[in-house]
Amino acid sequence: MEKMEAEVSTVLTKEHASKRKDQQIKRSKNVEHIVLGSIIPIILLIVWEILSRLEVFPAYMLPAPSVVLGTIVGLGQDGSLWGHIGITTYRVLAGFVLGTAVAVVLGSFVGFYQKAEQLFDPMIQAFRSIPSLAWVPLFILWMGIGEPSKITMIAVGVFFPVYLNIISGIIGVDRKLIEVGKINKLNSFQLVSRIILPASLPSFLTGLRSGLGLGWMFVVAAELMGASQGLGYLLVLGQNTLSPETILASIILFALIGKLTDWILKIIEARALHWQDRLVKS
Amino acid sequence: MSLELRNVGRTFAGKQAVRDVSFSAKQGKIIGLLGTSGCGKSTLLRAISGLDSEYDGEIAVNGAITRDIQDEIGFIFQEPRLFPWLTVLDNVTFGLKGTKNEKEKLGKMYLKNVGLADSAKLYPKQLSGGMAQRVAIARALVTSPEILLLDEPFSALDAFTKMQLQDLLLDIWETYQSTIVIVTHDIDEATYLCDRIIILRGQPGEIDKEIGINEQRPRARGSKLLAELKTEILESLDLNRAEESVN
Repeated sequence: MEKMEAEVSTVLTKEHASKRKDQQIKRSKNVEHIVLGSIIPIILLIVWEILSRLEVFPAYMLPAPSVVLGTIVGLGQDGSLWGHIGITTYRVLAGFVLGTAVAVVLGSFVGFYQKAEQLFDPMIQAFRSIPSLAWVPLFILWMGIGEPSKITMIAVGVFFPVYLNIISGIIGVDRKLIEVGKINKLNSFQLVSRIILPASLPSFLTGLRSGLGLGWMFVVAAELMGASQGLGYLLVLGQNTLSPETILASIILFALIGKLTDWILKIIEARALHWQDRLVKS
Repeated sequence: MSLELRNVGRTFAGKQAVRDVSFSAKQGKIIGLLGTSGCGKSTLLRAISGLDSEYDGEIAVNGAITRDIQDEIGFIFQEPRLFPWLTVLDNVTFGLKGTKNEKEKLGKMYLKNVGLADSAKLYPKQLSGGMAQRVAIARALVTSPEILLLDEPFSALDAFTKMQLQDLLLDIWETYQSTIVIVTHDIDEATYLCDRIIILRGQPGEIDKEIGINEQRPRARGSKLLAELKTEILESLDLNRAEESVN
């Protein structure tokens, strides 16, 4: 027995030392990733800028990156930028929260109870085959052109990936782990809270991330259909005032904020799922 | 705590997997269920544990006939079956009730028993196969089960770890005097650990032979007696008979 303990403790000290080394390697690898990932975009930007300055691309079709950047800075200086970003982010988050909440409730019921699955799932699957944008006219008719219709629209988009992932997470829980719970005399509620929920968390988080992605897609549709503020409104404004730099500025802002929110979810995912024994790419 | 099986059988989708098995185990005895694969060893163990209640016949735990999962029963599976999101210590205390302090104190004690006192904060992904199985053993023991059921618990481990853990099991058995039923296909393991070996054979599986071993523990792994027992068991297993009939 003592031998075993000694063996374990040497393994542990070794692990500690190698952990620090690992962190160093990880950091230098991160820098390498960033450098490698930015080479092509930077080259493209430079080529684009040069070609625009040489007037190979006409400025009324494709303005130079510096002009687009100038537009964003200009919007920032006159203060309207934060309003546009704020209202769009608000719509996405409100729709995201609403869609996720409904998906969690319905998904849990359908995942846990066979009867609920037989009752709800066929109908939900039927609704899923409707292209979500087809709801737009109906929502506007019901709720007007204001915020409620936009948020509902986004919530519909967020709902499906979250719902489907919750169900597949719950159904996919390993029977063997459930048996461990049963041997320990857990009741149904404890089985759910102590085994099924944590075991289906990875799938749920995957659902959240793809739901958020769809949320950003749907906010564009929602704002295109009529808004007086927001990044989607900038797209329409750019089209109507023949200023491609406004459209490009809006597109770039969408990309940045979308990436930022996904990155936040990714961090939450990594924190919550640190226990997963995942593939480390070489 | 005693255990008794009376004419236990189990049918899966019209096909009988095991039939008419009766045996009893007195308090503190180690019973081995030995047989080739597919003769219903694990099925029997699942019936005893209460994980499977669709069997025929009766199973009595301490004289009381029951089909439910009993508090007194601990189960060690073939795989560790640890919860990957819990630390080693939380895995061990999973089935305990009471305050956090009490649970952790008890959990740490049992982790020390299985030689993993320093690994309490690790996660299952950081463990080797042998360490994970030791955690599983600690988890099954921490509730102080009076009947311990083991389903080929060491079959996935290398020979050295296997021997270490067999000795660990005997240490623990000596301290707690639980009644143990162990399913195995390893004859050496059966002769080293058990007071009685029940050999199952055929499809559907039936009891073919029972061998009692009165030798004191710890037994010498290479002893003549164990070698003779191994020959006897090999002779009664299916493969030898099949060979004889070919000859």
